[in-house]
Order: sequence, then C-alpha cells, then structure tokens
Amino acid sequence: MWNLTPFEIEAVRLSLRVAFWAVAGSLPIGLFTAWLLARRDFPGKSLLNGFLYLPMILPPVVIGYLLLILLGRRGPLGSWLFDILGVTVAFTWKGAAVASAVMAFPLMVQAIRLSLEAVDRRLEQAALTLGAGPARVFLTVTLPLAAPGILTGTILSFARSFGEFGATITFVSNIPGETQTLPLALFSLFQAPGGEAGALRLMIISILLAMAALLVSEFLARRVAARIGG
Amino acid sequence: MLEVDISRRFGDFPLHIRFTAETGLTALFGRSGAGKTSLINLLAGLERPDGGRIEIDGHVLFDASEGVDLPPEKRRLGYVFQEPRLFPHMSVLGNLSYGMRLRPASERHQDFHQVVDMLDLKPFLDRRPKTLSGGEKQRVAIGRALLASPRLLLMDEPLASLDAPRKNEILPFIERLRDEANLPIVYVSHALDEVIRLADTLVILSEGRAVASGSVEQIMSRLDLRPLTGRHEAGAVFSAAVVAQDDTFGLTELAFAGNRLLVPRLRMPEGTSLRVRIRARDVSLSLTPPADISVLNIFPGRIEEIGADGGPQADLLVDIGVPLIARVTRKSLHELDLKPGKKVYALVKAVAVDRPSLGQRGTEMRS
Repeated sequence: MWNLTPFEIEAVRLSLRVAFWAVAGSLPIGLFTAWLLARRDFPGKSLLNGFLYLPMILPPVVIGYLLLILLGRRGPLGSWLFDILGVTVAFTWKGAAVASAVMAFPLMVQAIRLSLEAVDRRLEQAALTLGAGPARVFLTVTLPLAAPGILTGTILSFARSFGEFGATITFVSNIPGETQTLPLALFSLFQAPGGEAGALRLMIISILLAMAALLVSEFLARRVAARIGG
Repeated sequence: MLEVDISRRFGDFPLHIRFTAETGLTALFGRSGAGKTSLINLLAGLERPDGGRIEIDGHVLFDASEGVDLPPEKRRLGYVFQEPRLFPHMSVLGNLSYGMRLRPASERHQDFHQVVDMLDLKPFLDRRPKTLSGGEKQRVAIGRALLASPRLLLMDEPLASLDAPRKNEILPFIERLRDEANLPIVYVSHALDEVIRLADTLVILSEGRAVASGSVEQIMSRLDLRPLTGRHEAGAVFSAAVVAQDDTFGLTELAFAGNRLLVPRLRMPEGTSLRVRIRARDVSLSLTPPADISVLNIFPGRIEEIGADGGPQADLLVDIGVPLIARVTRKSLHELDLKPGKKVYALVKAVAVDRPSLGQRGTEMRS
C-alpha cells in the first residue's frame, strides 16, 4: 500500500526534474528582468511589464500552442535550436521544463521585483561612497537584502512548475517516461476506465509533496531572515 | 585642500556655492532649506551639478567644462549620513571593514585598531547593527567611513537624529576625530552650539549661496551676519584657557586676552584650551564701573560698532581685548547715548556661560 509503483516513481521524478530545470533556467533571467523593472527606466517598460503577465492571463493552452509554433522542430526558434545546438525541445522533457518556466515566470519576477524595490537605496548609496562599484554594491548589499524575496520567488515558481498542466500537454503532449509529469499522469489515470484508485494515490502524493515543499520553504525563509538580521 | 565652485538648479531653487576647506573641521552652517544636504550630495557624487568644478588636493572630482565627473566610488570622500545607514546583514566588524577591504593596503591611512579604540567600538565588533543604540550606530558609521581611508570626511548633521544625551555622548568622539585622525572634515549643521564647539572654519550658507567664511571667532563677531547666525543663540566666540580652579566656590577661572572670566566649575585640567561663546543677550553694559553688584565678570571696553535694524533691540560690538557682542534695548541705546568709540563696562554673569557654550580645542591649540 505504501510502496510506490514504478509508474508513480517515474511521474514524481520527472516532475521534480522538470520543475528543477524550469526554475534553474529561468532564475537568472527572472533576476535580471526583475532588476530591470525595479531599478531602470526605459522606453517600453510598461509594454514589457504587460507582456510579462501574459502567461497569467492567457489560457495555458494558448501559451502551449504558441510555444509549439515557436519552438517546434520547424518553428523559427526551434529550427535554430536544432540546427545550431542539436537540441529538440518539442515533445521532450526539456520542452516540459520550458513550458513550466514560462508559466511560472510572472510569479517569480513579481516576488523578486517587490523585494528589490524594498531594498533601502540609501544603503546602496552608503556602499558607493565607501568605494564599492555598482556591480559590487549589487552583489554585497542589494542581493543579500533581497534574498528573502528571491527565495519566495524561487519556491513559488517551483510549485507552479510542479503543477503545470495546460501548456505542457499542449506543447509536449503526454508521453509516459518523457513528458508525463505528475499532473499529466493523474489526468491519464482519471481518464482511463478503472484508474480512480491510482488517481487517488497520485493526488495524495501531490498533497504530501506540496506540504513538504511549504515546510522546507518556511524553514529556509526563517534562516535567511535571521541571517539578514531583520 | 578641497576647492568647490558648483551650481545646480533644484526646481525654482538655484544653488551656487563656492568655498574652500583646508585641514581641520570646516562647518557649513545654515538654516533648514539653505541647501546643505544637496551640497554634500553634489560633493559626494550622489547628485550631479549643472556646472562648475570640485577639486581635492589636485585631484579633479568634477569639472563641467572638461567633462570630468567621477562616480561616488572613485571620489574617496567618506560620508557620514544623518542616519547611520549601517548594513543590517553584516556584523559591526563587517560594516567597519567594508570600505577598508576595497582599499589597497598601500592607500590605507587609517589603522583599524586605532580607529576602533578612538571610537570605543571594541565591545560591539561581533554584534548586529540592530542591537546597538542610536549613538553607538553613529559611531560605527563614522568608523566605517574613516576606515575606507578617504581624502576628506563629509558629515551631514550626524547628530540630528539623536536626542540630547546621545549628542553629548558623540560630540567628544567627533572632537577626537578632528584632532587625531589628521583628515579634513566638512561638517554640515544647523545647530550653532555644535558648530561653535567643533569647527575651525565656518562657512555660512543662505539661500543656496555661501555668504561668508572665516574662523568661528571672526564670523561670530560680525554684526551683519546676525540674522543668519541666529538671534536668540547669537554671541561672540573667543578662545580662552583654564588657569585656576576655585574650590571654595566651585568656579573655574579662564584667561583670555589679558582678562579673567569666571564660570561655573569645569572639570578640566589647567592649561586646557577652550572656545567660549558669550551670548549677546547675557551681556549688559554700564557707563561707570558698577559697585556692589552680583555680576562677577566686568570688562572695560570700547564700543566698535552698533548694529540696529529698527527693532526694539540693538547689538553692539564691544572691544574688550577680543570682540564681545552685547544686546541691549534701543531705549538703553538712546538713554545712555551709546555710540562707537564710547568707553563702557561689559557685564557677564558667570552662570550664563554654560557647558554647551564651551568647546574643548585640539592639541594644536593647547600649549
């Protein structure tokens, strides 16, 4: 009863891998975008801001379809990726990670942006007058002080990636062992005759994993807050 | 030496300031809104002047016509802000060494242990800023700026956010800094007692301009600057030395320009050099030497100048060996027929000279 079936293990492992790479890949871009929005003024800023929230507003299927057009083997970006790097993302787990990253991106950027905006600029000025250049000020003052928000953004986007469904199934389909993450596996069992028991088990696994993630994030947030000295 | 000649427009408020600051502490004094903080930010490179030039010891920091504008991190000007601005995620030690570690060892002119001793920071080194009191935080901020080995230290009303007891706790540290760190200091303030106690050179700012500069004694004895140096607190400033203690009555005797001034007991050794301010409102004038009077300090002198603005009172500059300012009513001026050149006796109550009016001077003046 308590032993996971190979099918379930496969789905959980794939989900973790997809979510991990989705977050790891989008964190540097998310950090840069958040910094751009929090600290820079440039023409087209409100346009970028609006564009950023599209994944939250559009139906996930639309995003999935858009990704398929752009990143499919014959798509403008997809063909380039395949010709130059030999990478195929459509219908692979990498594509699932891309879909998850895109869907989770607004959450990540919003959390990091808020924390960057909350950093006291006067502390950065003080660091400048002490002889630190802008890059060093960012690394030694801004980033550490924004760490709680960056952590929150990372965890939120990990959770969002873990649960991604619509864009993933549209973009990379539902291939067992390749793109069938936990939500997709649950969906498949739910659709198949006599699969209710298996679906129920996956649902319980999902809840347990979500609870564990929340506890870990709570613990980390406290450690970081203590280190910053609140 | 710092040479400044810069202009900047803030909305409707034009700032055009020219002054120089040499060794010792140069105080920029002005009322709120005189452009003090803006000026310091322009010097530090946190704001950009519209035109002009800033140079220190031959290094050009800003020159509009040559297109030079060094960023703040390259200016090597230490900055102590109104608020401590300590980094909350670092210990006191981390804060102190932040700027020091960025400076190559060959360019460091401040010794870590000396600075820690001077500011008495040893007990806090491992603590976080949030566990310190306001005064302690400001001491750490001073140490942090100093340890970056700047060419000059800018201080923007570092005592403004502190209550009176904390101010008195910090003032001796700033005096030591002025006398021991061997670093020019530009100190911005709107508190006259701080300026009189700390400054070697005084620059008066008004409406975005430096309207006068000179030694504290010179500036404070100018009647024409009265409206700017403050009506209520105004008074002449001169240097004096402790010569004797009167244990019977708890008084201290100060000597200046051939005269003796008795003040309530000061716990300072004989020979200590002091700067004394005597408020104009505490000085009375008499045409004859008064007898049977409680006032202990009576100085014969001569009226030099009368500053009357048509109000009910007038300020008189009286030469008693040093310039002294007396404030009397226009009625007395009229009835005693006080005129420049006239001989008078200036009366100063000993109890009127209080602690905030006295500033201990550095070793260079102690002899």
